Amino acid sequence: MNKPLDSTTLAPAADREQWRRDYAEQIGDDRACENRSGIPIKPLYTRDDWDGARPEADLGYPGQPPFTRGIYATMHRGRAWSQRQLIGLGTPADYNARLLALIAQGTSAISLIPCNSVFRGYDMDEVDAELLGTCGVVLNTADHMDRCLAGVDIGGMSCAMNDPSPFTLLAFLLAVARRRGVPFAAIAGTSNQSDYLSHYVANHMFFRIALPGARRILSDHIDYCVRALPRWNPMSVVGQHMQQAGATPAQAMAFTLATALQNADDCVARGMDPDAFLPRFTFFFDVSLSFFEEVAKFRAGRRLWARLVRERYGAKDPRSLRFKFHAQTSGVDLTRQQPLNNVARVTVQAMAGIFGGLQSLHTDAYDEVLSCPTEFGARIAVATQNILREEAHLTDVIDPLGGSYYVEALTGQMEEEILKTLALVQDAGGMYGAVERGIVQRMIGESARRFQAKVERGEQTVVGVNAYRVDEGAADRPPVQTVDDAAIAAHRAAFAEWKTARSQAQVAGALDDLARAANDAHANVFEHVVAAAEAGCTHGEICGTLRRELGFGHVQAIV
Amino acid sequence: MPAIPKVLVTKIGLDGHDRGSRVVAAHLRDAGMEVIYTPPWQAIDTVVKLAVEEDVDVIGISSLATDHRIVPKLMRALREADVAGVAVIVGGIVPDEDEAMLLAAGVARVFHPGSPLDDIAEYIRSVVPALREARSAAFRTSV
Repeated sequence: MNKPLDSTTLAPAADREQWRRDYAEQIGDDRACENRSGIPIKPLYTRDDWDGARPEADLGYPGQPPFTRGIYATMHRGRAWSQRQLIGLGTPADYNARLLALIAQGTSAISLIPCNSVFRGYDMDEVDAELLGTCGVVLNTADHMDRCLAGVDIGGMSCAMNDPSPFTLLAFLLAVARRRGVPFAAIAGTSNQSDYLSHYVANHMFFRIALPGARRILSDHIDYCVRALPRWNPMSVVGQHMQQAGATPAQAMAFTLATALQNADDCVARGMDPDAFLPRFTFFFDVSLSFFEEVAKFRAGRRLWARLVRERYGAKDPRSLRFKFHAQTSGVDLTRQQPLNNVARVTVQAMAGIFGGLQSLHTDAYDEVLSCPTEFGARIAVATQNILREEAHLTDVIDPLGGSYYVEALTGQMEEEILKTLALVQDAGGMYGAVERGIVQRMIGESARRFQAKVERGEQTVVGVNAYRVDEGAADRPPVQTVDDAAIAAHRAAFAEWKTARSQAQVAGALDDLARAANDAHANVFEHVVAAAEAGCTHGEICGTLRRELGFGHVQAIV
Repeated sequence: MPAIPKVLVTKIGLDGHDRGSRVVAAHLRDAGMEVIYTPPWQAIDTVVKLAVEEDVDVIGISSLATDHRIVPKLMRALREADVAGVAVIVGGIVPDEDEAMLLAAGVARVFHPGSPLDDIAEYIRSVVPALREARSAAFRTSV
């Protein structure tokens, strides 16, 4: 006798009913499951949840709309993701030594993290000496950049610098290129975290230039790079800060897309062609431990971006639709307790990013939660990527989770969740307006508190923190990285000497020009930042001038 | 009725990561305390002035990226301003060596990542009576 076939599972409907009965009977009181974005998670996914009836609309092929499966036809099988480890500590000479060592080990890209004093827009003589070089390289001038990159072929390597508005590090790099006779057309890389909105909303490392000024400088920067630097990506839209600050994965993706749309709208408003600037947009995300949710987040974001830019801007160049992203494993998920457990956490996070189809990856060192990473910790972080790539063979198959009932259903649900938050932001006047009104900041704060409450109630296990604790003393923690105070003191003394020796008239003239440009709507501020860097102005002088002319920005005190 | 603790939650130095300070401030507020919260990058003088003018019991300094290294400067500034009966606590990423340095400089307590929020609240409640007594005593000797 033929049993009736269930159209959704191609298995007898009676079997499905049998499973449901067995499950209910054996599980007893089922626990409620939901992911970090608040989506309820079922115990089993079947064709009832994703039937694959619309493969073209849901999936397509890699490198083709809707881009769910990846932005390139070959993805990691053709070229593995870039290993982009952040480095930066101490003086330019310290940085140079570490960079040359990495290059000798096969690194093909330059990454540069400046000191927090640089992030905040100050020179080394404007801040507490104790804070110099502890989290990045102390770099204030074109000469310092030259020293950082001594012996490095700057025309032959991609260079990613954490370089927020007004992009003095790129200006210093261009000054070095000019000195060395390297054409600007050969300079390749990304202005990491050029997105002022995410700095305003979350980690706040931006330069405290008031929002309108920061907005204007970014659009000048994009315009300049599109015209003068064919291999440079001026726009790096950041979701990482917001997720680290507490946004759920779906919220972080929504806020990031909203930010990208805001910046694209601003470029269109100044008359730029979408297909000229959209290919220069890149994204930067956090990857948490919520494995499947992160995979779905990236797949949904990629699909949405392609659709949004086509619908909103009529983009035609396929490069405009590509959602290129860098991901960093989440530091918030790491624990000070039993710190070696972090190696396992980073591995899972990295796998989520890889299956999500990232283009480049920073794996956190296990000791980042204790201090700036040691070389030992950094080496394990790099090895983790090498193991995943070459021992575990994660690059062999493109989008290996594609077609899974769970992953496809979740990708669709994450997309809906992202769209809901995106609509909320758009209704508030777009990302700029929503941020000005503090709406985004409040949502992030609420999500951070909700997550923390789950940890405190023990609903979210954190191994070593609220479960599986062991007694640990200081001896169980690895030694921390420290800065050579004498080297920093010598760096400061040399800087003071250099400042008095340079042509003061040339510096004053360039800063006057910069101030005038800031007040002239037709001038390009970034062009004048480049000129000031070449004239011997320091980072602090350039930032100080722009803060004076365009106003201080203040972070809203929102608990 | 037990005293309602008054706490200043702030960040000094250069770092802007404020997830920790916001979550802690919100928890203390929800736990019934009076909380004064500031955005990051407060000058040390500003923190001292706020603490005095607002008559706080506890100053909570949040530090993620080595800003705790200038907390001894805050302790010195509090002493120079004759502030007594105010406890300074530090929360965040503080290496063991630095914790010893902070305690030697007069910091009352360091809370590391993973500290339960209730532990922080409980600690504050436990020290408030003695702090208030110390402030009253200092006031009596000054007049």
